[in-house]
Amino acid sequence: MASLRQFKPEESWQAPEGEPIVRIENVTKRFGTFYAVDDISLQIHQGEFFSLLGASGCGKTTLLRMLAGFETPTSGRLFIDGQDVTDVPPYARPVNMMFQSYALFPHMNVADNIAFGLKQERMPKAERRERVAEMLSLVQIEALASRKPHQLSGGQRQRVALARALARHPKILLLDEPLGALDKKLREQTQFELVNIQERLGITFIVVTHDQEEAMTMSSRIALMHEGRIEQVDPPRRLYEFPSTRYAASFIGSVNLFDGYVLQQDDDQVLVQCDDAETRLLVRHSQPLVPGMAVTVALRPEKMRVLGQLDADTPNQLRGRIKEIAYLGDVSIYHVELPGGKRVQFTQSNVQALAEQPLTWDEEVVLGWSANSCGVLTE
Amino acid sequence: MSLKSTLPTARHLIIAVPWFWLALFFLLPFLFVLKISLSEPVLAQPPYFDLIREIEDGFVTIVLNFSNYQLLLEDSLYFKALLGSLKIAGISTLCCLLIGYPMAYAIARSPAHWRLPLLMLIILPFWTSFLIRIYAWIGILKGNGLLNGVLLWLGIIDTPLEILHTPVAVYIGVVYNYLPFVVLPLYATLIRLDTTLLEAAADLGCRPWKQFMLITLPLSLPGVFAGAMLVFIPVMGEFVIPDLLGGPDTLMLGKLMWTEFFSNKDWPLASSLAALLLVALIVPFVLLRHFERRAEEAAT
Repeated sequence: MASLRQFKPEESWQAPEGEPIVRIENVTKRFGTFYAVDDISLQIHQGEFFSLLGASGCGKTTLLRMLAGFETPTSGRLFIDGQDVTDVPPYARPVNMMFQSYALFPHMNVADNIAFGLKQERMPKAERRERVAEMLSLVQIEALASRKPHQLSGGQRQRVALARALARHPKILLLDEPLGALDKKLREQTQFELVNIQERLGITFIVVTHDQEEAMTMSSRIALMHEGRIEQVDPPRRLYEFPSTRYAASFIGSVNLFDGYVLQQDDDQVLVQCDDAETRLLVRHSQPLVPGMAVTVALRPEKMRVLGQLDADTPNQLRGRIKEIAYLGDVSIYHVELPGGKRVQFTQSNVQALAEQPLTWDEEVVLGWSANSCGVLTE
Repeated sequence: MSLKSTLPTARHLIIAVPWFWLALFFLLPFLFVLKISLSEPVLAQPPYFDLIREIEDGFVTIVLNFSNYQLLLEDSLYFKALLGSLKIAGISTLCCLLIGYPMAYAIARSPAHWRLPLLMLIILPFWTSFLIRIYAWIGILKGNGLLNGVLLWLGIIDTPLEILHTPVAVYIGVVYNYLPFVVLPLYATLIRLDTTLLEAAADLGCRPWKQFMLITLPLSLPGVFAGAMLVFIPVMGEFVIPDLLGGPDTLMLGKLMWTEFFSNKDWPLASSLAALLLVALIVPFVLLRHFERRAEEAAT
């Protein structure tokens, strides 16, 4: 999966010095008996492109709406730029929001929509006109200034919504599924543009999305949410390569999970006994584990290689029979049935148009991988 | 051009139905009224000369009599009645909007399970006869009626208020009776209003009052206009309410028409009054629509 930002996966994301621009402290939001957001604490720093990722109903939108001021936390505090905004109404917060439905004012043209927030803060007319022009050119819709929203395409409306939300130069821009209503091609193109705009303006973006690819592509960090709680907060590569929970591992990309228990640990390597595998599993893991402890080994399908022969002395090997093949063009996905009946997935890129000895149905294969390409999950 | 395209299709037939309806029940009766308005009154049955008269040997003449219109334009009584109707219709429409808007807003913003019962309450009075409801207002407003009784009992006033047979009584009756016609179209517009727009306005720095003024009100103007039309137009010709609740000094076109038609048996004059009223109502309406459309086209 492509990320537009570069981080070495091994390095953990380093929080910049100083006060975070957003501090969420033990925030809970309850609707009746349902906990939409359940005791979340989070810090977001100036200039981040921060994604709240999760399936629908995980509480990501509620959290965003609390930052905007449309919902009040049941308990906990919210700080923006050091100021406690928990009880500040939306019109007095230094944040702006781009709505999923765009919420453009249908009775105003594009320029008036963009100027709306500036009028509210009583910006002088000349300055206002200048700012509107600047915003129109930022999102490249100068020619549409006098159009009404109903005369615009979906992609154009999305740009107006972005321009309107950015016009007041908010400290934080909140984006609720910003690309959700666009078709696939336009969405990919707009991802790059959003990142460019964010980097140019240096405004902190907080994005709600259910699309893992979108989050992976654009974010500096992702908070993966599940049932009102945060599963993991990490930069995209770290989240993919080193998921910390089973949910995180299976939500982003595909993963093979092997249940087993710890045999021994030396330095930063753990030896795991798993009944499904032909050999023991050796995994790089630096946190101390107790022998006998139940763990799960997570292995991405693309980390496996086809080996010629099973070598009982080397760890990290599986033997099985190919049951399904899905040809996707760039890669093929193989479903392999292990002797115990468990199925695992591995992928191989289709480098050659016609391989000399292509893998085929019911063929027996031995798969192997290195200790560095899998991880241990304890939750 | 094939023959097929010149034959009436199902689409033409569907469009023809409302046109036929309008022609039969609106245009045709109006032409009768127009015809009568151009004739001379006479003591006969019906009480007017036919426009088309056979003189002799099968010769036919058409005599158009414009004196009714001349009288209407010259006698200031009719102009005063028009002003009286305009005043009562205008003020009543304004009152209906001022009372009806908050009602419609409250219903549209109430929890979903409350909306239907509340709307039912708005429509409920229609289940009772219109005349009975107006008579009930006589009972409430008269000198020894319910309102004065309560006010005297509470000690707010010492002598009974004279409300019945004054313009105030007419306003009360009209506003009471026409209020649902404002509430219903306004409710229909307000319930469709996307509340996310209000959140967007709040997000961009609007306090609740400005959210209402800049978003809700402009977007509900079609409902305001529809409601205003539904009150203003019928009240212009209203007869029963001013007749029962108003006094002798309540001068309105509807009452005048009734007098000319039934008391003076001057059908032609009454008809010309009706024709003038229709023109007076339709022309501004058509002009307004025309300018609205022009403004829309200019915007695109």
